[in-house]
Amino acid sequence: MRVEVEGVDVEIAGRTIVAGAVLRAEPGTVVGLLGPNGSGKTTLLRTVHRALRPHAGTVHVGGDDVWRLAPRTAARRAAVVMQDDPTDFEFTVREVVELGRVPHQGLLSRDPAADAATVADAMRTARVDGLADRLISTLSGGERQRVFLARALAQSTPVLVLDEPTNHLDVRAQVELLELLRGLRVTVVAALHDLNLAAAYCDDVVVMRDGRVVAQGPMADVLVPDLVSRVYGVAAARGVNALTGRPSFTFAPLPQLEENPCPSPASPLQPSPLP
Amino acid sequence: MTSATTVLVGPRFAAPGRFALLCGGLAVATVVVVVLGVVIGAVAVPPGTVVGVVAHRLGLPVAAPDPVADQIVWASRLPRVLLAVLVGAGLAVAGAVIQSVVRNPLGDPYLIGVVPGAGLGAVTVIVAGGAAVGGLSMSVAAFVGALLAFAVTFLLGRKDGHWPPTRLVLAGVAVGYLVSAVTYFLQTIATPTQVTRVLFWTLGSVASARWSDLVLPVIVVVAATGWLLLQGRRLDALANGTDVASSLGLAVGRFQLQLMLVVALLTGTLVAVSGGILFVGLVIPHVARLLVGAGNRRVLVGSVLLGAVFLPLADLAARTVRAPVELPIGIVTAAVGAPFFLWLLRSSGKGTR
Repeated sequence: MRVEVEGVDVEIAGRTIVAGAVLRAEPGTVVGLLGPNGSGKTTLLRTVHRALRPHAGTVHVGGDDVWRLAPRTAARRAAVVMQDDPTDFEFTVREVVELGRVPHQGLLSRDPAADAATVADAMRTARVDGLADRLISTLSGGERQRVFLARALAQSTPVLVLDEPTNHLDVRAQVELLELLRGLRVTVVAALHDLNLAAAYCDDVVVMRDGRVVAQGPMADVLVPDLVSRVYGVAAARGVNALTGRPSFTFAPLPQLEENPCPSPASPLQPSPLP
Repeated sequence: MTSATTVLVGPRFAAPGRFALLCGGLAVATVVVVVLGVVIGAVAVPPGTVVGVVAHRLGLPVAAPDPVADQIVWASRLPRVLLAVLVGAGLAVAGAVIQSVVRNPLGDPYLIGVVPGAGLGAVTVIVAGGAAVGGLSMSVAAFVGALLAFAVTFLLGRKDGHWPPTRLVLAGVAVGYLVSAVTYFLQTIATPTQVTRVLFWTLGSVASARWSDLVLPVIVVVAATGWLLLQGRRLDALANGTDVASSLGLAVGRFQLQLMLVVALLTGTLVAVSGGILFVGLVIPHVARLLVGAGNRRVLVGSVLLGAVFLPLADLAARTVRAPVELPIGIVTAAVGAPFFLWLLRSSGKGTR
């Protein structure tokens, strides 16, 4: 299922957080949303999973404006793994994963056996089936992240939205998570911090800075050292991952001698054709 | 932690079979407590006589009971005990729901302004007389006060079309203090007799219950609780965060609105007839969670039943401990309930939290 964001603006408390954002994810592809801290990635994703209504622009999932769909219908199209927001209530892992079935349950239309099977499947896929009866509060950050992934998988949606899903994960868990996402036959839009993970697993990338999308397209075309350097304010070199043959990046501080080498945050970077 | 220890220290009645067992046990306990509440008192009425009175009143072909027993059982104790059941069940389920709405274990109906508002309504009538509020009775004034304070909380707590938990709590606490300030001021200009009445109202009582007082609470408690019991899964979603809830297809703002309106109506109705019985709405849901886990489908049912057992028991204690003098029920609910809760917290806390 296709995800299309067109000209989305978001203002919070009078401040523009996202301006004119455009994002396109083709069916079945993995799209990485990149950019420095505070560049608007989470805010943009929130407009996609209906947590935040954009002030202008549209978000289409599967051809329909998500803000015109019934909430339940939208929740059957896109599921979300967001950054951890701990609750004081002692839910078990299974109870949290079962929430994924909420959009499929009406007051009268329920199929407990099918729901249980879907939940069990999702827990196996996210490898949390061994934790089913544990309390969420007793898990490590990485385990919790996998539980939230299982909840999103239990939602059985053709689109998955993930906000920095590799936070809290060790290297192996990061690689496993992204392998898992690649193996699903769904459209994935994921905000990522790690450029090497993005280079290794994304079909397309969307790069944000200061609330604007400054580049987007096939990963290999967009992630060039010049762009990485300008957007993140570091010196960057692109090489090849000896194990996978995919691009990989190394970084260093920008040389101190240069006078103001990157645009200050006050002057938003203009979108420019790349490379 | 191995899964074996997790099972040992986890909620003991979370599994479907054991949960059903717990509910059956609590339902039986409710009946037992109601019978005890009618049997025990300044004048003991034997259970056989109680059955005779009730059967006769229900039109069953039994011998007419002793008129004094009939008076005690039918006119005084039965409505009182049944009101305690209703208030206990209703406040407990209201507390459980509010805790999920504000995502805060300290949530209770006090937090959304309802109880302080009802207090102001009642105290105004006690101190200034019904004429001061357009001839309203104390119950009606309390109900109106509850809904007004709730409405203010509700308007101040709103942001971007929904009610962010922290903002709602802060709005509720602020409104509570403001309303209480007025209530306290009224007490400073009250006579000593009036102050005593205010004290008794504040701590709650079901002593003056008559059958006519039960009609509205029965309707409201049955309707509100019935609807709330169906919202368990959706409340779980809300308790996991408003963003999570909206990603699961809930219209969060509308759902919060529905929940708060139902809870305000439920609590307002109950507080209007029983006074500000605190503690039940705060603690009973936690006792339920310790027994059945956090899933709201079980917590709500457990809270209803635990509240229905607990408050009649507390009332029984309130009128027997210092008989013939009656204690306000709030003293008993806090004095008995709080240590029990702390003990439960301690014995369940090993290894899990």
